[in-house]
Amino acid sequence: MDSVISLIQAAVVFGTVIMFGCIGEIMSEKAGNLNLGVPGIMYIGAIASLASVFMYESHVAEPNKAVCVIIALVSCFAASALAGLIYSFLTITLRANQNVTGLTLTIFGSGIANFFGGSLNKMAGGVGQISVANTSEAFRARIPGLSSLGAFGKIFFSYGFMVYVAIILAILVNYFLKRTRKGLNLRAVGENPATADAAGVNVTKYKYFATVIGAGISGLGGVYYVMDYIKGTWANDGTIEKLGWLAVALVIFATWKSVNAIWGAYLFGILYWAYFYIPNLTRASQELFKMIPYVVTIIVLLFVSLRKKKENQAPAHLGLSYFREER
Amino acid sequence: MSKAAAVREPFIRITKRDKMPIWKKIIIYVVAIILALAVSALFIFFVTKLNPIDVYKTMWQGAFGGITDTVKKLHRSVTIRDICTLLLLGVALAPAFKMKFWNCGAEGQMLMGGVATAFMMINLADAGLPNWLLLVIMCVSAVIFGAVWGLIPAIFKAVWNTNETLFTLMMNYVAIQITSFCVAKWENPYGSNSVGIINQATQVGWFPTWFGQKYVLNIIIAIIATVAMFIYLKKTKQGYEIAVVGESKNTAKYAGISVKKVIIRTMIISGAVCGLAGFVGVAGVDHTISTSTAGGRGFTAIIVAWLAKFNTFFMVAITLLIIFLNRGASEIASKFALNEYASNIITGIILFFILGCEFFITYKMNFRKSAKEA
Repeated sequence: MDSVISLIQAAVVFGTVIMFGCIGEIMSEKAGNLNLGVPGIMYIGAIASLASVFMYESHVAEPNKAVCVIIALVSCFAASALAGLIYSFLTITLRANQNVTGLTLTIFGSGIANFFGGSLNKMAGGVGQISVANTSEAFRARIPGLSSLGAFGKIFFSYGFMVYVAIILAILVNYFLKRTRKGLNLRAVGENPATADAAGVNVTKYKYFATVIGAGISGLGGVYYVMDYIKGTWANDGTIEKLGWLAVALVIFATWKSVNAIWGAYLFGILYWAYFYIPNLTRASQELFKMIPYVVTIIVLLFVSLRKKKENQAPAHLGLSYFREER
Repeated sequence: MSKAAAVREPFIRITKRDKMPIWKKIIIYVVAIILALAVSALFIFFVTKLNPIDVYKTMWQGAFGGITDTVKKLHRSVTIRDICTLLLLGVALAPAFKMKFWNCGAEGQMLMGGVATAFMMINLADAGLPNWLLLVIMCVSAVIFGAVWGLIPAIFKAVWNTNETLFTLMMNYVAIQITSFCVAKWENPYGSNSVGIINQATQVGWFPTWFGQKYVLNIIIAIIATVAMFIYLKKTKQGYEIAVVGESKNTAKYAGISVKKVIIRTMIISGAVCGLAGFVGVAGVDHTISTSTAGGRGFTAIIVAWLAKFNTFFMVAITLLIIFLNRGASEIASKFALNEYASNIITGIILFFILGCEFFITYKMNFRKSAKEA
């Protein structure tokens, strides 16, 4: 029983990182931009929040926890959105290839993050010495009382606030895309920009907003990763990149619906950590177990393309740039 | 007010260009790279307070030069070695991309080739085969494994139109886990979590050293692949079919080309050459296998193939630029005590600029005539 609970806890914490990445990517893909820069954006968001909080905590005698959290979130969102803006400018205004631009953004983001992360570690006096204890504590604070309600409390209330923010955000984004006029326009831009353009929708504006805000949301996965998942440190081990690609995979798994991303993310978490809880696995077979999330994604991808159900497909204009004068 | 503004001609109107002379293109690229280097220089200066000129000089030395002759030689041969591997991957992606099949799976295809190579290297070490025969066996198995890894997404794309970008991306991670699995199985010494240098004492299955150079065979393979792919894409019927499918699937269908067949055949070739790169990487460079055997080069190759517009000879130049940046950056890292991720930043900035500058090659900006003329 205990191991089941701890598996669920690990899955939720893991799932939250990729859920943020996934929600942001859904926004962007719904507007027709396949942003393969998600890992890079998460990297940038993570390092921006860590660096700014580190500066704040080391310059102020008694850091205020609320201020810490605000600084972390704002700097993360701003930096990630800026990365999204670079991507948007290149792919939307300059019509560069989306795959290539996204991959470049991932290279660039991992460079920025690991470069400054390495310097931060050095400034702090070694790997694992970065101290943003206040912020990390604030991010990991549980609701008092509720988390001690036995197994129930452990499963539902033993997490920091970002876990719930992710769920709310998934629901909000789903509502926005499905039920509002702006959301409808945004989806139209992703499905058929020429038609949307003819109907008077400003394609460029929608694409920009969707991608930039989407990037900001994806970046929050990075802040959750550094502050909660690894408790306010930095390691140049490339984990964020791995998680970023899983976030991209999750978009497919969720068939471009952000509410599906909620349970999808936790399921990915369970699949990812399952090997840890299955007794008597050799190290070699553990590695095979870690393959499962990717294989499941491939199966979902196949299933979606086999069934050809319209509402489960990728946006029709995904990955293509729009040029009004072409045909 | 808004109506009047709407009727007025927009300030910039963008139209497609027909064609641009090659010298103009080169000027645009050069300007872009210079701008990118200037931006990177600003970045270097503001973050590290180092003189950017010194930094670039050090990069040059890291890639091509050195204080002593031995260091110089070492630097150059490592640079050439890295170019060969990346070039092979770029060449591998060229046919797929020309067909507008976004093969993002070079990483996985190369790893599978590497796994097959390492498997043969380990298991046939004591078989007493002549080295050339062993190399041929390794090469063939690597090519087959790479081809299969490329074939799987191609079949689904051809038959059910499954999104290949996402499929090939996922196949990378499956390949990485298979590699980790094999590393755990073959680890040597036990508990080290790495395969170690395979056949270190006997050098069985290693590329031979010719003319005192370790990487002659790497170079030969890379050159043959580059030339062969160029001819295949430009001069053969199959290459033409790839171009037609890439331009328009409907046109291809009307012309009687079997689109499915072309997709599957092309991806077998693409995967096979990636597998070949895995063979070169394991037998000719690392002599071991790990998840970093491909080391992100599968992704970098996508950029190489795209920027070279699928022309394998342009790829040589672009590969040269990227490897120069990587090698140079690791030199700065050691000399100025920065960390080597600086190279990713500079590479990123340069690629952003090159990607951006292509807009000015494809499109023309027509500015609104000034108010006086109107």
